[in-house]
Amino acid sequence: MMRSYSDKQNVQKKPYYSDRFWVAPQISKEAAKSDAIFASDLAVLKAKFEIKEAYIQKGQLVVYIDPKDNVSVLQTLRDELSYNFLSEHSAIDWLAKSGEFEIFYQLLSTSKRKRLRIKCFIKEKEILKSVTDLYNSANWAEREMYDMFGVIISGHPYMKRLLMPDDWYDHPLRKTYPLHGDEVAQWYEIDKIFGKEYRDIIGPEERDSARVDVNDTYRFAHINHEVPFGAEPSSEKTVTDYQEEGGVFIVKKLKKEDAKIVKERY
Amino acid sequence: MQKVNRLKPFFENVVFEREDNHMIVNFGPQHPSSHGQLRLILELDGEKVSKATPDIGYLHRGMEKMAENMIYNEFLPTTDRMDYIAASANNYGFALAVETLIGLEVPRRAKVIRMMLLELNRISSHLFWLATHALDVGAMTIFLYAFREREYTLDLIEDYCGARLTHSSVRIGGVPLDLPKGWIEGLNKFINHLPIDIADYEGLLDQNRIWKMRLEDVGVVTPEQAQSWGCSGPMLRGSGIAWDIRKEEPYELYDEVEFDVPVSTTCDSYGRYKLHMEEMRQSVRILKQLIPMYAQTSPEIIAHAPQYISAPKEQIMTQNYSLMQHFVLVTQGMRPPVGEVYVATESPKGELGFYINSQGDPYPYRLKLRTPSFFHTAFLQELLVGEYLADVVAIIGNANIVFGEIDR
Repeated sequence: MMRSYSDKQNVQKKPYYSDRFWVAPQISKEAAKSDAIFASDLAVLKAKFEIKEAYIQKGQLVVYIDPKDNVSVLQTLRDELSYNFLSEHSAIDWLAKSGEFEIFYQLLSTSKRKRLRIKCFIKEKEILKSVTDLYNSANWAEREMYDMFGVIISGHPYMKRLLMPDDWYDHPLRKTYPLHGDEVAQWYEIDKIFGKEYRDIIGPEERDSARVDVNDTYRFAHINHEVPFGAEPSSEKTVTDYQEEGGVFIVKKLKKEDAKIVKERY
Repeated sequence: MQKVNRLKPFFENVVFEREDNHMIVNFGPQHPSSHGQLRLILELDGEKVSKATPDIGYLHRGMEKMAENMIYNEFLPTTDRMDYIAASANNYGFALAVETLIGLEVPRRAKVIRMMLLELNRISSHLFWLATHALDVGAMTIFLYAFREREYTLDLIEDYCGARLTHSSVRIGGVPLDLPKGWIEGLNKFINHLPIDIADYEGLLDQNRIWKMRLEDVGVVTPEQAQSWGCSGPMLRGSGIAWDIRKEEPYELYDEVEFDVPVSTTCDSYGRYKLHMEEMRQSVRILKQLIPMYAQTSPEIIAHAPQYISAPKEQIMTQNYSLMQHFVLVTQGMRPPVGEVYVATESPKGELGFYINSQGDPYPYRLKLRTPSFFHTAFLQELLVGEYLADVVAIIGNANIVFGEIDR
């Protein structure tokens, strides 16, 4: 038996245990013929364009097209087949497997009550035409896709990163990008705010917000072993008294009989 | 390109000093009326906006990336942080997407409880919308009244799941708990009183001259614009398009309850205000029908699918096999079938969609969060043009955007 291929560049979390004989079940795909509306829609598309694959999955038609046709296919769908909404549009990273991005356009027709997904594959450096002239909702979706994956779009009115800063290095949703950011991300704010010469003084940014370092007395207090801010950690036990002996009582006068308990809210 | 140095950092190509009469105003991201971290670069011609550039990303936490590094159950509490005004709606959207992916049927009682939570969240979100929107426009009283009623919905949700903001009140496969004792009575009291409260708000606002002047014919969204920009929820129905996913593609038991889909044909902010009021009444109507439905259900609240879903707590604590199964599901995570789904639900703000691409691993290969506010914020660049600067705040408030789900 051959060892299954695993992508070494993929730095996302992987299951620590997998059964090598386990075959994942597939969600069933029905033929597009099984639904009358989808069948006629697909026939219109097939007459005009090259359709690579088409099936119905979970009640939604999935059509694979040639990426060069993306604008004209969506134009046909919007104008002739009344798919009036582009609900979502994004990409999936398959760079390790085939050097490609899978692009999907999730469409909705309110008159037919149908949802349809147009998909295509593009190479990493291939340029995809913008569909903002057809659906304005693609405006930010394409910007986000460029920001997150680095898919290059032509003909967009304002192509600029959407969520990340403009001078950010790399595209965060790629599988090669680590969850807590790469080395450039570690230095980003220090370089930007203080300057590169402060790198040695400040040190890299801790980007794993869940990381707790017991010996770090700047950010964390070690309960029962408390020391002044920034001092060396100590193993000596400290006792915390909330009510000092002979000190001022926090609650000065509490008469239980005067306390009111609300029983009803409304 | 701008010359970048430390004193003049490069953020975008905006020339603030101009020769003509136009002025560039930087609105936000820390503006109290920007409803979060919205930054708008407004080009003003006199007092009118001639160009608006929304800038987002100040609350970006990379949820889609986080999802790829979490097992499905682990990700559910993260969805709370999307639309934090109505957290259960996000939990539910995600749970439904995963259930669709693995093809799971949820017990009827869980469905009823989920619907109750969803409608309570809708009311809570709409009340919050009304309160903050009215406050932006200048009506302080409404803010206090609406927050009082919102407190009751939060109390009910707190009684159910223990949290007021980040509910995590839905589980994949059902709900974690049955309704506590006396909860239905509390709900009954609340929904019997809410229509009176709504009438009070309308009494204060409907014919209020200032309210009408600030809202009528402000932020007009034509049906063509609404379709092209991917508007959904009240923004879409405010433009005369009757599209409610609860009605058109019913999930849970929405096909068994009676409710109307209110539509406004005036296309302006005032129409959308009336729409929100009517939607709250419809939610009350749904909740009233759910109470007798709850009594008729059998006590199961979580689906029986040992391959994917842990058994109920009592069973885990008493039966060895259930405990083993639970251990595997917690440490390794469920492995759904290979395939992809796009599931849309009607959240209080609009179409909340979850696209999941599963490769049979415990971690989703790709999870795309389709949030209504994201597209509504994108729309601002066209909607704000031609409006007065003073109306910008009213329109942003009216669009009901929440930054947790825009930046994700």
